[in-house]
Amino acid sequence: MILNIFGFLLMAFSAMALGLLFIGIARKVVARVQKRIGPPFYQAYLDVFKLFTKNSITHGFIFDFGAIMAFGGMITTLFFVPVGPFVLYGMNGTLLLVIYLMAVAYLGMAMATVGSGNPLASVGISRALTQMLGYELPFIVVLLTLIYSSNTSSIIGIVQTQQSGFMNWNLINIPIGTAVAFVTLLGLMGKKPFDAPIAPSEIASGPVVEHGGKYLAFIMLQHAVSVVVKTALFVDLFLGGGNNIFIFIVKMLIVWLLVTLIGSIFPRFKVEEGVLFYWRWPLIAALLQAVIIIF
Amino acid sequence: MNNKYESNKWQEVINWVQTRSLFMLHYCTGCGAIELPPTMTSRYDMSRFGIGPAATPRQADILLITGYLSTKTLRRVIYTYEQMQNPKFVMGFGSCTINGGMYWDSYNTIKQLDKYIPVDLYIAGCMPRPEAILEGFLKLKEKIETGSADGYKRYNKEYEKYKKNQEKVLGEVKRRQ
Repeated sequence: MILNIFGFLLMAFSAMALGLLFIGIARKVVARVQKRIGPPFYQAYLDVFKLFTKNSITHGFIFDFGAIMAFGGMITTLFFVPVGPFVLYGMNGTLLLVIYLMAVAYLGMAMATVGSGNPLASVGISRALTQMLGYELPFIVVLLTLIYSSNTSSIIGIVQTQQSGFMNWNLINIPIGTAVAFVTLLGLMGKKPFDAPIAPSEIASGPVVEHGGKYLAFIMLQHAVSVVVKTALFVDLFLGGGNNIFIFIVKMLIVWLLVTLIGSIFPRFKVEEGVLFYWRWPLIAALLQAVIIIF
Repeated sequence: MNNKYESNKWQEVINWVQTRSLFMLHYCTGCGAIELPPTMTSRYDMSRFGIGPAATPRQADILLITGYLSTKTLRRVIYTYEQMQNPKFVMGFGSCTINGGMYWDSYNTIKQLDKYIPVDLYIAGCMPRPEAILEGFLKLKEKIETGSADGYKRYNKEYEKYKKNQEKVLGEVKRRQ
């Protein structure tokens, strides 16, 4: 029991540290793409530390509760995603559970925006939820295909079906589905073509417009954990997972760098364009892949 | 009080981190705002010093007043400044914030920013080049590290003085959080 709690804490804190490192690396990479020198790779740690030392102002109980719910929802999601050899839950159905839990973080942010009462925050969170409607549809189709082809709905089960070698990866078995999942990953992470919810120059960073000081630090930690959760999920489902934590982290880093590089060269979709995009080509491709796998 | 503040090791660590991570909110009233895009982007790249743009006052550490302030915009600057969270620093940019600059005899601009909100550092020039802005940021970092950038403490301590000056030009200033 005590050991379990220790394991949970260790996983949560190491995910935060890893996520902040990933964010720092991404900032450096984006800077190099734009021919800048860029901040040092440990900049994200300094930002979070500094934000925790700042004063902060609350906008009432709902605001606090929303911030905690967003953070807690993401941490909870982390416990159901196997990261390398660290598997806390291996039961059937974790894949569907993770999809539901990932929405909790957004709902927490929505509560915080209700508490803050800022119109820009409401615009941001309504964009985020609308866009979720867009990318979840092709993503769910791909996941159902994956569950059908590997005959299990637990993430660790899907990892185990791809164990013996490179040729068993779902990247090889269902290539179109992998591509679709990668495109939806951009939306899931709010990366550049699909970052209308947090557009800093139009709606002043959207849902986090009223978050200052420690609240913003919690949002940044939540973002760091979400980076780990989403890249780990992608690696688990399509790139064969990993028994070795270092190989797993290298795979996560490759996925994250690809997402970052694509994000650093694209302008931003309007939110309705983003949803329409997802409902057109990725959905058609996902359905095509489903038909190919089933028949 | 001051000696105790300086000898506190934990405070030194906090100051060290704060110098390396600064979110800047620029209030673009005057012509000086045109110097900021080159400062941020690939030519001069201020992010290598850990300084980045912030989207809202709540998230920001530095308030950069770029140029002259009419009495109408001064009210917004005061609201913005009071929405920011401690510790917060103000930088006056260009000669307009120091003595009015080329608007020295204008009837509706304020001449000296320091009367209305506490300014930690001025960058002189009309307009200062990006190199001067970066130099100003580095000076501000030094001041934060030694603990002498204490404008927000002065604002709390001498609030009545600042409020009197503000109300002299603006009439009533509504306080809201």
